[in-house]
Amino acid sequence: MQRYLPLLLVVLMLALVASVRPAGAQDLAATLSGLTDSDPKPAIESLTQSSDDKAKAALAALAAGNLYIRTADNAVVIGEKDGEMIVVTNAATGDIEDMARPEDLQAIAVPEEAKALLAGAAPAASSGPVDFATALAGLKSDSFADKGKAIDALTALGDVRAIPVFRALADGRLFLRKSDGMMVIGAPSGNEIALTSPLDGAALGIAPSSTLDPLFVNNNLRNVLREAVGRLGLGSADPAARRMAANALLDNATPETVALLREAYGRETVDGVKSVMALSLAAAEIAHPDKVKRQEAIAVLGAASDLRVRAMLQARLNQEQDPDVKAALVKAFDRMQTKITLYSYLENFIQGISLGSVLLLAAVGLAITFGVMGVINMAHGEMIMLGAYSAYLTQEIFRAFFPPSWIGAYLIVALPVAFLIAAAVGVAIERGVIRFLYGRPLETMLATWGVSLCLQQAVRSIFGATNKEVANPSWMTGAIDVAGGLAVTWNRVYIIIFCFLVLGLIALILKRTAFGLHMRAVTQNRQMAAVMGIPTARVDAMTFALGSGIAGMAGVALSQIGNVSPNLGTIYIVDSFLVVVFGGVGSLMGTLVGALTLGVVNKILEPVAGAVLGKVVVLVCIILFIQKRPRGLFAAKGRSADA
Amino acid sequence: MRNQLETLAKPRPLLDRKGWAAFLAIGFVLIVLVPLLNILPGRGSALHLSDYLIPLLGKYACYAILALSLDLVWGYAGILSLGHGAFFALGGYAMGMYLMRQIGTRGVYGHPELPDFMVFLNWKELPWYWQGFDSFPFAMLMVLLAPGILALVLGWFAFRSRVTGVYISIVTQAMTFALLLAFFRNDMGFGGNNGLTDFKDILGFPIQAPSTRIGLYVVSVIVLGLCFLLCRFVTQSKLGRVLLAVRDAESRVRFLGYSPTAAKLFAFVLSALLAGIAGALYVPQVGIINPGEFSPANSIEIAIWVAVGGRGTLYGAILGGVVINLVKTWLTGAAPELWLFVLGGLFIASTLLFPKGIVGMVGQWKAWRDQKKAYALDDKAAAQKGAE
Repeated sequence: MQRYLPLLLVVLMLALVASVRPAGAQDLAATLSGLTDSDPKPAIESLTQSSDDKAKAALAALAAGNLYIRTADNAVVIGEKDGEMIVVTNAATGDIEDMARPEDLQAIAVPEEAKALLAGAAPAASSGPVDFATALAGLKSDSFADKGKAIDALTALGDVRAIPVFRALADGRLFLRKSDGMMVIGAPSGNEIALTSPLDGAALGIAPSSTLDPLFVNNNLRNVLREAVGRLGLGSADPAARRMAANALLDNATPETVALLREAYGRETVDGVKSVMALSLAAAEIAHPDKVKRQEAIAVLGAASDLRVRAMLQARLNQEQDPDVKAALVKAFDRMQTKITLYSYLENFIQGISLGSVLLLAAVGLAITFGVMGVINMAHGEMIMLGAYSAYLTQEIFRAFFPPSWIGAYLIVALPVAFLIAAAVGVAIERGVIRFLYGRPLETMLATWGVSLCLQQAVRSIFGATNKEVANPSWMTGAIDVAGGLAVTWNRVYIIIFCFLVLGLIALILKRTAFGLHMRAVTQNRQMAAVMGIPTARVDAMTFALGSGIAGMAGVALSQIGNVSPNLGTIYIVDSFLVVVFGGVGSLMGTLVGALTLGVVNKILEPVAGAVLGKVVVLVCIILFIQKRPRGLFAAKGRSADA
Repeated sequence: MRNQLETLAKPRPLLDRKGWAAFLAIGFVLIVLVPLLNILPGRGSALHLSDYLIPLLGKYACYAILALSLDLVWGYAGILSLGHGAFFALGGYAMGMYLMRQIGTRGVYGHPELPDFMVFLNWKELPWYWQGFDSFPFAMLMVLLAPGILALVLGWFAFRSRVTGVYISIVTQAMTFALLLAFFRNDMGFGGNNGLTDFKDILGFPIQAPSTRIGLYVVSVIVLGLCFLLCRFVTQSKLGRVLLAVRDAESRVRFLGYSPTAAKLFAFVLSALLAGIAGALYVPQVGIINPGEFSPANSIEIAIWVAVGGRGTLYGAILGGVVINLVKTWLTGAAPELWLFVLGGLFIASTLLFPKGIVGMVGQWKAWRDQKKAYALDDKAAAQKGAE
């Protein structure tokens, strides 16, 4: 036990740290309402420390006297004068909400001593949306010269939000809405146009093109725009933005952007971004008149694993005249081809492992009840479902009763909650139904199927039949980019870690605790165990609680990668049974190997045979396998096998 | 002891006198009286049996055959198959394919040979496995062959390697699940998600006509009766005895020199054939067959019909199949959200409280009544004695 304890603690700490991290960025609304307190200093301080753009915008507005309380609902809003009316932006969400009369709003006054704090914050807020919005308004001008000035002003601001605006303007997708004169970015959506706000990227619905006035640019401005996009992205302080800009230039570089790119490449200090820039530079030089330069470019490109680069190489292969360069091209192409194939295999493999670990979580509880107790629990899937609904409930409780900054921690709380709920229901089933049916496995199967129907219908009656959404906490969203085109999402990674943690925990319980010893004793020889003074009935109930509780935790994990619905359990129950049967009844190792094998084989077959046919093939293989080895991969041996 | 052995060895009659009387009486009511009540009295009459009830009763007859087939393997051979829905559906699909071919040019696209969904999927010609289904005898042969061969292959593999108990349940469940997934695929050529439907006529009779429906109903009931007699014949024979012995102590039967594998395989295949027939009769009466019939939940539900009626009695299974489906029809109409609670409760109650089902409960009640009578007689005698 002690051997594993440090490891366990480290993982727990990591999980806690990860869950607490986003706390600072949250809770803007609460802080904002603190500005109206008699002493607004703490609120201002916390706003100045915040890295959130919206907080900066609110501070800038406060300094300029543009921050108001809306009398209708006491919301803190940013107001911008627009003729007689004031355009109201919700300070907490950043959405433009309405036009208001001056008398509807009450300005937030800042006491003298708090103004000092604001002064310190003002420079940081200089690139806030107020300036951005004013600069943006310059684009509305009819003269191309004025537009050019506005573009220069926006570029000088260094605000990355200008990038989509510039792109839209260059493509003729930047519009003024006829109804209110608001500037919108459009994207074709069927016959109509989907609108987004240039200020915050919020979707503004879909409108027919007849309700929109496009903003025009000439060719000269278009070049200015393209350069500005590259400059903005490449000059950004954020490495991710630089990387994205360099990546975007990969297949649409112009001489101006190449010059920019070269300049940025010289400045760049982050290795990852630098290599992306090198790749884009090489891509721009693939058609260079100098043969040596071409060969150099091909060498760089050949090391990449990007599908766009592959297409580029292929296109060049058809045009290239020089035999040396052509040979290099063929070599680079082949090299990349192997790499991409390898990556796709690797990706399937990783996905398979993650599917396998989900199966493992679902099946581990079953392996305990089915394997250790010999009880077929058809309601096992419903324990998973109950666990998922526990996660949903915990999330809702956190949303309703706790400050928003705590929401990231709900998942940590949901795990024990799900364990306890599922374990309690499991014990109730064992004491109420299964206890009377030991030694009659077929009847147990039917009775627990009945229980599962009742539980499903009960949940459907309480929560409704529709899917419930359980949000990923922010520390679980996003992906790690392992290599070009190969990304692993965080929630999958966490689930893999979590599932191995659970497995280790079960192994510990089985091998190192008194309860585990009792459990194994009862499995091997019930009468003898009873004679030795082991309370077999209690051990049965506890075993069932453990198995059900783990299923509940599996439900929490599943809620992170899919929707929660009353028939969530039935999706996994057949697979779980197959895992247990395939791996060998009563063997944790068998469950592990069985689950991972099934997961990986499923995912590898998927691209070859299609998702459904792949599954059918796996099912048929297992049916055949059971014929050959009726007791599974890791069959129990010796006396306990007869039990 | 000797006496017992002699009774065991004696060939047993198919049904006793009382049994035949009941069988014929019920048969008369269902085959003669029910159709007459539908045809003869006027619409307003209290005796009139409305038109929608006829296919409903026909459907129940099919369910009863299905329950009967499961009782043969579960109640007698101890094999709880959770994949009988698959045999049922395969029989149904074979019949459905015949009915599809009968549509001819009357489909939406009017193609003389291809069913609508194939035209829709841009198929140019009929796949090889659809050949021959325009002939009724061939289709009927396939109704038997498709489930029969599947059961033979699966059963041969399973019983030979002595897969028993819950393992066979899981294997059969996985089988029906695999078929469910396979039949959902459009590429399989069985209509995918929508299955086969829009049937026009069967053997030249329009399928929607009331007279055809009565005909189908009568055929279903007759087939049910024949299936019952067939199962009864098997279970009353020496083979039936071996099956019972396999159920109760398989190893012992093997040591005594019998082959449990052969006996089980026979029962399993026969049962699959019956299920296939039930499916073939079911499809023209409900007018559709889709992959939903393969769902594992459907197959488990069959087990509960048999359990509620009473395992190992044959007529108990028929009773259970009809009673539960009556309740289902009524409840899903009256209080749909209650139905799953009732079904789930039945699963629990039938295993915990009355493991022998309705038939067993009636038997228990009879025994209790007889005993009470005997006690009453004793008391009377004692009272008389006391009076003397």
